[in-house]
Amino acid sequence: MLEVKNVAKSFNLKNLDKGKFSVIRDACFNVNSGECVALIGNSGCGKSTLMRMIYGNYVCAEGQIYIDKENILDLKAIEMSILRKQKMGYVSQFLRVLPRVSTIDLVMEPLLDQFESRARAKDIAETLLSRLNLSSQLWHLSPLTFSGGEQQRVNIAIGFSKDYKLLLLDEPTASLDRENKKIVMDMISEKKEKGSAILGIFHDKEVRDKVCDREIDVSNFSAS
Amino acid sequence: MEQILKAKAINKKFGDVYACNNLSIELYTGEVVGIVGESGSGKSTLLNCLSGSLVPDGGNITYLDRDNNWLDLLSLPEPRKRNLLRTEWAFVHQNPRDGLRMAVSAGGNIGERLMAIGYRNYSQIRAEATEWIEKVEIDAIRLDDKPSIFSGGMQQRLQIAKNLITKPRLIFMDEPTGGLDVSVQARLLDLIRSLVRELGLSVIIVTHDLAVARFMANRLIVMKNGKIVETGLTDQVLDDPQHSYTQLLVSSILKV
Amino acid sequence: MSNSEEDFNFAYLDEQTKRMIRRALIKAICIPGYQVPFASREMPMPYGWGTGGVQVTAACLQETDVLKVIDQGSDDTTNAVSIRKFFERVAGVKTTENTGKASVIQTRHRIPEQVLSEDQILVYQVPIPEPLRFLEPRETETRVMHALEEYGLMHVKLYEDISINGEISTAYAYPVKVNDRYIMDPSPTPKFDNPKMNFCPAIQLFGAGREQRIYAVPPYTKVISLDFEDYPFEASRAEKTCEICGATNTYLDEVVIDDKGTRMFSCSDSDYCNSQKS
Repeated sequence: MLEVKNVAKSFNLKNLDKGKFSVIRDACFNVNSGECVALIGNSGCGKSTLMRMIYGNYVCAEGQIYIDKENILDLKAIEMSILRKQKMGYVSQFLRVLPRVSTIDLVMEPLLDQFESRARAKDIAETLLSRLNLSSQLWHLSPLTFSGGEQQRVNIAIGFSKDYKLLLLDEPTASLDRENKKIVMDMISEKKEKGSAILGIFHDKEVRDKVCDREIDVSNFSAS
Repeated sequence: MEQILKAKAINKKFGDVYACNNLSIELYTGEVVGIVGESGSGKSTLLNCLSGSLVPDGGNITYLDRDNNWLDLLSLPEPRKRNLLRTEWAFVHQNPRDGLRMAVSAGGNIGERLMAIGYRNYSQIRAEATEWIEKVEIDAIRLDDKPSIFSGGMQQRLQIAKNLITKPRLIFMDEPTGGLDVSVQARLLDLIRSLVRELGLSVIIVTHDLAVARFMANRLIVMKNGKIVETGLTDQVLDDPQHSYTQLLVSSILKV
Repeated sequence: MSNSEEDFNFAYLDEQTKRMIRRALIKAICIPGYQVPFASREMPMPYGWGTGGVQVTAACLQETDVLKVIDQGSDDTTNAVSIRKFFERVAGVKTTENTGKASVIQTRHRIPEQVLSEDQILVYQVPIPEPLRFLEPRETETRVMHALEEYGLMHVKLYEDISINGEISTAYAYPVKVNDRYIMDPSPTPKFDNPKMNFCPAIQLFGAGREQRIYAVPPYTKVISLDFEDYPFEASRAEKTCEICGATNTYLDEVVIDDKGTRMFSCSDSDYCNSQKS
């Protein structure tokens, strides 16, 4: 499903002297459908950077990244944003949403993008939020006022509302309690069974052992 | 994936200064493109050239109309151009006063485009105006009030209703939330976003506010001194800017 | 015509002015409802007293003409009397109060009740010729709107009437479409008179002195009042009877007749009223 080939990444801060940093070089790996793969390695070794390149959030200047046999580096911006809507979910550590938009509307948005009816989208969103133990009192509030753990669960609900072919998870369980962590692990397993290819960063070893089929050590691709 | 608007090598000079220097831009159906840059970068001039309110000194602009014909906008006869502006296009101004008739009631403002394209049944016009004023979240009892007694946010929502009633396909927006309180801004952006999705609109939005650009646009065009310095997926341009100017711009945002 | 130059220069205006106004009139007749700009001259009366009408009348008058002047339908109001006297003095033309006997009728605010004939000219005094003015103040823009036949805005005005008053409350200067093309302000005549403009056998000329515009409706031209399908045009009048002549089909004035505020209704067209009485 996902194939990363000879990918390298450097940042060039042009307003600084010596602002060029190489982070990754020669990254090669793949993730199959129905498989969950963990990126591991020390903090700063480029796990999130790699993940962001796959999502198209960071520019990838070298190598190839194939999603569903399509090299995303050849895609126009509009094609990439369509590919994201159709095939790729991304749960980041941070919640970044428009203020004053209610939680339920945020979770429904990706579904409406795919022309689901409002009623069905609402149904799916409510089921997810209940499952993630978010009190229904909160559904009509903006998540920007929520606690860290609640925000993270909203983020997960947004990313899990559809059955994406590829799911990118950046520390999805970092600020969750045991009970909710368990729910999220179940959800990941279910997505695997439904055939999603999942690539994740999980600092929590218990989670890795439970849901991941393989580990890829990103420090092997480290440029330094 | 189909284009709806293509502009090639647009030039526009004011005196000796290029406001648009050899700019090319393509817009796809359903795409929201943000044009960002500081004051004087030429972004509004580009928008005005694309929307026909300014005539560029050179270049070529074509638009795919509802009947699937590519129209050469710079040689299009004036009546057809004005007809496009009333039917298939919309322009949302930063200052709602530029887009509304302040002495005409909210309903009259919303209904004007319908009457312009030949609606002659009062009840029908009124019914559609009522539907649209509610769609932009203004209480329908305000239909007969003049926009001069509306708040800034309501005026802006009224301007949007007035523009969208004829179901346009292409919308130009110039700083649509520019003069509004931040509290009002977020609701308005959300409204525009859902209308864009619901109606499948293609949008070009000019803003100097990168946060607005992030939430509204699929793709971003960064302008400086009349030139495009960078373009790409919005979050990519903002999170991994490649050009030194964009890097400077992104690193200059105040965080609350 | 024995002395053509003398004939041509007849009636107050100098030769150049007369020529200029006649050219504007011909153009106006050729493009029914289109506002032709003209270099309006100073007249020996203030703007708003009919300077446009006076110039048009002077440009039309010939020695054999018989002139009638009415103001609000009446021959004996100040404005009508002074303009009639003016032309008696500077042109020496015959004047009349009898609608049927007049060949040129200058009017402010009314069209005579008696049906006009092919050998008559009706000259309207116009304060503001641009029907779109109050909605779109830019003259550059309204000219483009006329040129491109973009008349949606005119219906916005009628929409506003209905939404505020429950009906089209515009009672005078009610906009019309001339010859299926130009939207025209019929001058501040009551809308009761609008149907008289449609296929009128007489030539109708409009002069706006301060605004420097002339426009015209040739004989037998279609003149349609704008409306909505569900709020059709109505040529309304006060539902009363003239207390002088007993007419029930004329446009009436409401007149206060004593210090106690007693009112009476009577025909605004004084000549018509007199003719009915006798």
